[in-house]
Amino acid sequence: MKSFSELLQQLYFTSSNNEKSCLLRDYLARTPDPDRGWTIAALAGTLTFDFFKRQAIKTLMLERVDADLFAMSYDYVGEMSETVAHLWPDSSETLELPSLSALIEQFQQANREQVKELLVKYLSVMTPEQRWSLLKLGTRGLRVGLSTRSVKRILADYGNVEVSEIETLWHALAPPYTELFDWLEGRSEKPDIRDAVTYHPVMLAHPLPENNPMPLAKEEWQVEYKYDGIRVQLVITEKGKALFSRTGDDISAAFPDLLAKIDEPGVIDGELLIINNGTIDTFNALQQRLNRKKPGKKLMKELPAGFMVYDILVNGDCPVTALPLSERRQLLANWLDKVRSDTVIMSPVINANTLVELHAIYTEASADPGVEGLMLKRQDSAYQPGRPAGQWYKWKRQAKHLDAVIMYAQRGHGKRSSFYSDFTFGVWQGDKLLPIGKAYSGFTDEELKKLDNWVRRNGIGRFGPVREVKKELVVEVAFDAIHPSKRHKSGVALRFPRFHRIRWDKPASEADTLDNALSLIVSHT
Amino acid sequence: MQAEDWLQPREHGLYCLPADCYIDPTTPVQCALITHGHADHAIGGHKQVIATSPTLAIMRTRYGDDMAAQTQTLDYDQPYQLGFDDDPVTCTFFPAGHILGSAQILLEYRGKRVVVSGDYKRQSDPTCQPFSPVPCDVFITEATFALPVFKHPPIAEECQKLLQSLQLFEDRCHLVGVYALGKCQRIILALRELGYAKPIYLHGAQLKLCELYRNHGLDLGELTDVSAVTHKASLAGEIVLAPPSALNSRWSRSLPKVRKAMASGWMQIRARAHQRQVELPLVVSDHCDWQALLETIAEVNADEVWVTHGREDALLHQLKLSGIKARALSLVGYDGESDDTSDEEITEGAGGL
Repeated sequence: MKSFSELLQQLYFTSSNNEKSCLLRDYLARTPDPDRGWTIAALAGTLTFDFFKRQAIKTLMLERVDADLFAMSYDYVGEMSETVAHLWPDSSETLELPSLSALIEQFQQANREQVKELLVKYLSVMTPEQRWSLLKLGTRGLRVGLSTRSVKRILADYGNVEVSEIETLWHALAPPYTELFDWLEGRSEKPDIRDAVTYHPVMLAHPLPENNPMPLAKEEWQVEYKYDGIRVQLVITEKGKALFSRTGDDISAAFPDLLAKIDEPGVIDGELLIINNGTIDTFNALQQRLNRKKPGKKLMKELPAGFMVYDILVNGDCPVTALPLSERRQLLANWLDKVRSDTVIMSPVINANTLVELHAIYTEASADPGVEGLMLKRQDSAYQPGRPAGQWYKWKRQAKHLDAVIMYAQRGHGKRSSFYSDFTFGVWQGDKLLPIGKAYSGFTDEELKKLDNWVRRNGIGRFGPVREVKKELVVEVAFDAIHPSKRHKSGVALRFPRFHRIRWDKPASEADTLDNALSLIVSHT
Repeated sequence: MQAEDWLQPREHGLYCLPADCYIDPTTPVQCALITHGHADHAIGGHKQVIATSPTLAIMRTRYGDDMAAQTQTLDYDQPYQLGFDDDPVTCTFFPAGHILGSAQILLEYRGKRVVVSGDYKRQSDPTCQPFSPVPCDVFITEATFALPVFKHPPIAEECQKLLQSLQLFEDRCHLVGVYALGKCQRIILALRELGYAKPIYLHGAQLKLCELYRNHGLDLGELTDVSAVTHKASLAGEIVLAPPSALNSRWSRSLPKVRKAMASGWMQIRARAHQRQVELPLVVSDHCDWQALLETIAEVNADEVWVTHGREDALLHQLKLSGIKARALSLVGYDGESDDTSDEEITEGAGGL
C-alpha cells in the first residue's frame, strides 16, 4: 500500500507522459504479483466493485468533524477524498500497512460493518497522501492523468509487444493480470481468449474537419446516418451472449428484450435505440431505459430496445476485422438474415453521387430528431481499434443556439476545483428568467478565469455551494437538440448544452425567450 | 462605548474614528497605520505613514524614498498617542511573526483594548520576531487558511523534500515559486539551517528585498542573480527562487530541465498545485493554519473576535460553536498569501468574497 501510494503521488504531480511511463514501468519491474496487477486495475479503471461507498466515508467523517465545517471544507477543496484525507484526525498509534493485494483482500472479504472498522483503522494511521490513495482506490475514482489507453501502451512497452495485442486481450483478462505479466515477461504463451464473451475494442471516427469538405468519390465512401442512441457491441459465442456499452460495461441486464431475440454467434457493432414498430424514437425516450438497470415489463413494452447494426467484427467464430468494410457489410447482411427480428435493423447506406447531394442529405439529417448527422466511412477501411486517421468521419448535425442569461454558478471539481465553472442559465418568460439548462464546457481556460472572476464580483446570494449571480451576463449556448420535458420547470430539456460564445457585450434584456426556445423543438413524426 | 463605534470597516480599510487614521488602507489616505510590508497592506502615496522601521524600509525599497510625505517609526512595545490630548487613542505595535517588521496593532481607547493582528503566524521563523499574544477586548484576525483541512507542516520537513528531490533529479533545475518578501528569505534560511551551503539563485525581483533582509542582520549565504549566469545549463541541479508568476513564464524557459516547485500554504490542496503545473508542492505558509488560529484566539482571550479576510465563514461558525462572539468585517482587497504577484487563481479571488 505504501509504494502504491507513493507511485500515485509521483504520477499525479508529473506532467510529462514519458516520465509517467518511466515511473510506472519502474514500479512494475520492482513490484511483485499480484500487487502490480491491482495497481494496473486501479489506474486503468478495471476494478469491478467499490470497497466502500462515498456515503460510508462521509458518515464516518461526520462522526469526527462538525457537519458545516465539513461542508465548507469540501466546497473549498472540491473533492471528497482529499477533504477527508486532510480532515481525518491523526492517531498516535502506528501500524505497518499491509501490501496492496492484502489490503484489497481484506476489504473484499469484509461485510459492511467490518468495512467500516477497516476504514477507521487504516485512515487513522495513514498519512494524508495514503488516505487519499485508499479512498480513491476504494471508490474507484482514481485520476492521476493516465488514460486507460496510456496504461495499455505502457504495458505494451513494458513487455515489448504491440499495443493492439494488449487491446485485443484486455477485456478478456481480469485483475490482478498475472497471466498478462507471465506473457509480457516471457514466462508463458499469450493468453487464449477465443471463446470468451468479452468486449472487443471499437473503431472510432474523427469529426469531419470544418471548412474542409470531403472529396467524395462515390466508390470510396459509405455514407450512413449517425444515430442518436448509444454505441453498443453485441457478443455471442458458444459460451454465452452479452451486450456491452462503448466503455466495455456489460449492460445485458438492462436490455433483456433485445438479447432474447438474437442467438446468432458473432460480434456486432451498432447503435442501441428505441425502435417502436419500425420507427426510431428520440434519445430522450432511450434515456428512460438507460436509467433502469432492470426494466419492468411495461417499460419494455412501451419502449422496446432496438439495435441498428452497422459493422461486424467476428462472423460466427471467425474474426473479420482485417476485411474491408464493403466485405464486412455483406457478411453483416448475411448474419442479419439469420436473425429475423423487427427490432434489429441494418443501418441503411445512403446514396450520394455528388457533393451537392451529400450536403442536401446532411441538411435533411440535421432536421431529423432521431439522427445526429452523418457517418462517412471508407469502403476499404479495415476495422481498426482506436481512432485511425483518414478512415471514418462523423459529420455531426449543426448545433442549435440560444442566447441565455447566467443565473447560478457552482465551483467545479478536480482540475477546476475552486473555479466557478458550472453554470445554470435561463431564458425569459415575460419579465422572469426560467432556468433551462446547465453547462460546464465550451470555454477556454482563459475564459474560465474571466467567468470565475465575474461570478466572484457579481454574486448576490448563496444556496449552499450554489452562488446566485446578477442576471447580467449573456452566453450564446450551443446544444445538439431540445426536447419537451416534464422534469424541468421550463418544460424543455437541452441535449449536451455547452458555451458557444460569451456575450460580454450583450444586455441581458436582449437574451432569448422561452418561446424562441420552444420554436427550436423539432416535432417528432 | 462599543469598539464598533470607533473602529469601523470602510471601503478602503479599517478606520479608527477618534485617531482619524486607517489601518492598511488600500487607497492613499491622510494617516495610515501599516501592519506589514506586503503590497496588499502597504501601498505608496499616503500623507503620513506610521509603521515599524523594517516595514518603512520595505516600503521605501518598493515605492521609493518618497513613498509617503511623512513617516513615523514606531518600535514594538512603544505606546504612541494619536487623536486629541483630552480623548486620546494609544497605539502600540507588537510582533506578528508574519514577515520582517510585521506588527499587530493594539489600539486603546476609553478603556477598551482592540488588537488588529494583521497577517500573522505562530510557526517559528528566524526572519522575524515571534508573535506575542496581547490580551484584549476585541481581537481582529485574518482567516486566510481558516478551514480545518489546513495543517501547515514544519518548514524543515518541506525544505527536506526539496533537497531530496535535488538528489533524485540531479540534472534538473529546481525552480521554486516563492513570494519575494518574507517567504523567499525564510526558505533560504531554512535551507541553510539544513546544511545547504551552495549558492542559491534568484530571479531579479527577489534581489533588493534579500539585500534588505541582509541589512537587518540575516545571513542568507551566497545568493546569485540568475541573469548574471551566462551558461544557464550550469543551473542543472541547482535551486532557483522566483516569484510564482515566473514559474510558467517565458523567463523560466531558459533554465535547464526545470522541475517546478512552489512554496505556499495553498500547495496542500493538490488541485491547486496541479492547476499551476507544480511537480513539487511545498506546504510553507506565513499565515496560521486552522489549529494555530483557534489556539491564538483562545490565548488572547478576547470578548469578541472580528474576522477580516479569507475563509471567514468557517472561522465564524467554529467560534460560534465555542461560544465566542464573532463577526465578519468583509474587508475588500487583501489577497492573503499573494504578495505582489496578483495571482488570482492561487489567492482565491481575494478577501472580498
